[in-house]
Amino acid sequence: MSTKNFLFVNRKAPYGTIYALESLEVVLISAAFEQNVSLAFIDDGVYQITKGQNSKGIGMKNFSPTYRALGDYDITKLYVSSESLAERGLTVDDLMELTYEDADDDYAEKPSIILANREEMAAMMAEQEVILSF
Amino acid sequence: MALEVGGKSIPLDEEGYLENLSDWTPEIAEALANAEDVKLTGEHWEILNFLREYYEEYQIAPAVRVLTKAVGKRLGADKGNSKYLYSLFPYGPGKQACKYAGLPKPTGCV
Amino acid sequence: MSMLHIVNKSPFERVAFDSCLAHASAGDAILMIEDAVVGAVDGSSFAGKVKAAMADKSVYVLGADLAARGLEGKAMEGVTIVDYAGFVDLTANNDSTQSWL
Repeated sequence: MSTKNFLFVNRKAPYGTIYALESLEVVLISAAFEQNVSLAFIDDGVYQITKGQNSKGIGMKNFSPTYRALGDYDITKLYVSSESLAERGLTVDDLMELTYEDADDDYAEKPSIILANREEMAAMMAEQEVILSF
Repeated sequence: MALEVGGKSIPLDEEGYLENLSDWTPEIAEALANAEDVKLTGEHWEILNFLREYYEEYQIAPAVRVLTKAVGKRLGADKGNSKYLYSLFPYGPGKQACKYAGLPKPTGCV
Repeated sequence: MSMLHIVNKSPFERVAFDSCLAHASAGDAILMIEDAVVGAVDGSSFAGKVKAAMADKSVYVLGADLAARGLEGKAMEGVTIVDYAGFVDLTANNDSTQSWL
C-alpha cells in the first residue's frame, strides 16, 4: 500500500456532537495502515484537546486520554490554530501536554502540538494529499 | 452470546468480546481462554496486564503494531516482537489478547 | 412573565446563541448547555455579548457540560453554574421555556 499524507481537520467541540469521536476513530484506523497522518484543530475543534476534561456528569466516555496515545501511533504533528484559541479565551496552557518519542533522537520526548496561524495552517494544508473534515 | 462463570452469565458480543468491560475478572479471562483451548500462563498474564494498564491510561485497545512496540519497551526486545506475541496468542495478539483482557476489539483491527 | 431560554449550540459555530440573546427580554433567564457552554468562558470574543446580556437577564451554565470540556473554573463572573437539579428548578421557576436548537 502506498503511503499518503493524510490530514484530519477537526472543527467541532467534543460531546455535543459525535464528530470528534468519529474523527479520532478514523485517525487511529488510518494510522494502523501506516499512513502519514497529521491532525489540525481549528475553530471549536480546539476544545477536543483541552486538559482536565471530566465527562462523568454528562454520562459519556471521556475520550480525551486517547489523544495522548497518538504518539504511539506515530502521529506526531497536531496543528492547533492560534487564532481559534485566542478567540475562545484559551491559550496553549489550557491544552493537554501531547508528546511523542522521537525514534531518530534516542526516543527523546517531544511536543506534538504545533501552534499555527492561518497562513501557516494554509501552507500545511497545501502539502496534503488527502484531507478529511470532521 | 454469553459466558458462564461461577454461576453467573456474562454477556458477550457476536465476536466473543465482553459487552460490559466492567464485568471483567481474572476468572473471566481464564474462562474466555479455556473456551479457545488456551491455558493462561505467567507470560500470557504479563501481556494481559499490560493491555489493561494501557486501556486504563488511554481508553483504547492498542493496534498490534503499537502493542508490539510498547511491549518491547516495557518487557524487553525478546518479547516485543510478533513471533513471541503470536506464540502466546496464535489467533492474533491484538484480537485474542484484548478479548481475554476484557478490552474492546482494537480500533483498526479488521 | 419570565422566559427560560435554553441554548445548546456553540456561539462560534452557529448563530443560535446570537439569536437567543437578540430575542431574550429583560428579566429572562438564559441557560447554556451542551456545546453552548463554551460561551461562558471569560476572555473569548463572545464573552462581551454574554456580559451585555447580564445587565438585565440572569445567565446560567450547566456545570457537567463545562467539566466535560475541560472548562470548569473558566466561566466568567456573574454566570451561575447549575447542576441538573438547578436546570429543573429553572424550568419550574420561569413561566415558559424556549429552546434555541
